[in-house]
Amino acid sequence: MTDHWLVELGYLIGAVLFILALKLLNSPKTARRGNWLAALGMAIALGTVGFSLGEVETRNYIFIAIAVAAGTIIGSISAKRVQMTAMPQMVALFNGVGGGAVALVAMIEFMASGNERLLPVPLVTAVLSAIIGSISFSGSMIAYGKLQELMPGKPILYPGDKVVTALVLMTVIALAVLPIAGSTSVALFAALIGLATILGILMVLPIGGADMPVVISLLNSFTGLAAGLAGFVLGNTALLIGGGLVGASGLILTLQMCSAMNRSLENVLFGAFGAAKSEGGEGTTAKGRMRSYSVEDAAIIFASARSVIIVPGYGLAVAQAQHVVKELTEKLEERGIQVKFAIHPVAGRMPGHMNVLLAEADISYDHLFDLEEINSEFPETDVALVIGANDVVNPAARTDKSSPIYGMPILDVDKAKTVIVSKRGMGAGFAGIENELFLRENTVMVFGDAKSTMTKLVAALDDF
Amino acid sequence: MTLITVITIFILAVFVGLEIITKVPPILHTPLMSATNAIHGVILVGALIVLAHAHSPAAIVLGMIAVVFATLNVVGGFVVTDRMLEMFKRRPDHSEKKND
Repeated sequence: MTDHWLVELGYLIGAVLFILALKLLNSPKTARRGNWLAALGMAIALGTVGFSLGEVETRNYIFIAIAVAAGTIIGSISAKRVQMTAMPQMVALFNGVGGGAVALVAMIEFMASGNERLLPVPLVTAVLSAIIGSISFSGSMIAYGKLQELMPGKPILYPGDKVVTALVLMTVIALAVLPIAGSTSVALFAALIGLATILGILMVLPIGGADMPVVISLLNSFTGLAAGLAGFVLGNTALLIGGGLVGASGLILTLQMCSAMNRSLENVLFGAFGAAKSEGGEGTTAKGRMRSYSVEDAAIIFASARSVIIVPGYGLAVAQAQHVVKELTEKLEERGIQVKFAIHPVAGRMPGHMNVLLAEADISYDHLFDLEEINSEFPETDVALVIGANDVVNPAARTDKSSPIYGMPILDVDKAKTVIVSKRGMGAGFAGIENELFLRENTVMVFGDAKSTMTKLVAALDDF
Repeated sequence: MTLITVITIFILAVFVGLEIITKVPPILHTPLMSATNAIHGVILVGALIVLAHAHSPAAIVLGMIAVVFATLNVVGGFVVTDRMLEMFKRRPDHSEKKND
């Protein structure tokens, strides 16, 4: 480590750029620059470490080159190819491998210490970062599997599941104590990582797919924390600051997401949300009568409307209907109809998911309104068009104390003169809860894939 | 670095993180999560250090996996975030906005 102060200066510049980047991410105008600045900070931190490695064998440089090249190629190709709708699981995947990297770094440091014990603080932080990194790795992979629908999105429960999870947790804690107490066994450390990986799986399995955004956000925070702790082990400023920043920010973001759903973090993690009503299966139909309209009938309603509020949900994302919705917006505006979009904070599967999709279709922010801004406007609105959203417009959240979503702020679409719901089928929402909105007097249902429904609607509007 | 210096740096970084994030509007939450996700890819710094000094075959194999993972985290993270934010371009014909 030659020129020690220069190395520290390099890390300091990288860290300052991270902080400035997060600041720029405050505003849509500067957010993209913020991301570039963070990437620049990363480049500087990586350049700095490249010059400060000291004596390294040539073959190790070759190993580094191969690994970096492989990661860069796979990472950039998969990030460029992924569909906008698959973004949440992509973030989960990248977060997971980051957590895995942290656990491996801790493991290698422990191995490198050989029979000499590490100092107490690096030792404790190595153990902690290995555990947290492993949980983040496996938990993120399960979140990926649920969102990618490789496994059922519903909470996976089995008799005694909480006992099993608690036992694994206690074993992890017991194993964690041994290296700290003086054991230098690498096998033991590996077992610790293995068990923590299992713990991550057990923790995420009982959580419903609808809550995966919160889980990913929390695990993002975990990986940051673990990376920061690894900074203690290596005495590295870049890790300490970068990891600390992300650990803190991820936690704040997670709590904000929970509060948007009016639920506590404990409830999200341990509540098995959406499991209770799942016994009847996906296709449970509600009691009462839904009015099913053809697209043409729905078009007539639009023809006489003066104001429309569109409520997008995950169904819009799945159907990739954002571009057609943009066309619909233009068609309606040509007729002098005022069009607004109501964005629920947890619509889609990540906060801001809808904003990203609508931006992809070039729908400007001027049209987008948050829940608090727009809720008072529904009573004066002629048509509320709900596209593939369900739980975020369920009036039970206001009225039914027994509903699992009771108390969650919702968009009051039921107060609009007419509610048109574009929906794939009769089934319950992602959270598995029935929606009485669909049975209301002023609600009409248009069944079918959101994209084809909207395409037909745009065509039908030409006839009126 | 002395232990207390390391602890100081970490604690202050945590507080900066808490302060900065409370100001981000919900519209940017997904890109924010994605950008911070890329930033914790800074573990690549650690992965490079341990792989550079790895001698045993086991350490080399694990080190290479760690470097591949961390590089994926960094490169994939920043590219995905940029793709999201690219879509936030304002249309030229719209002069005013609500989120500022």
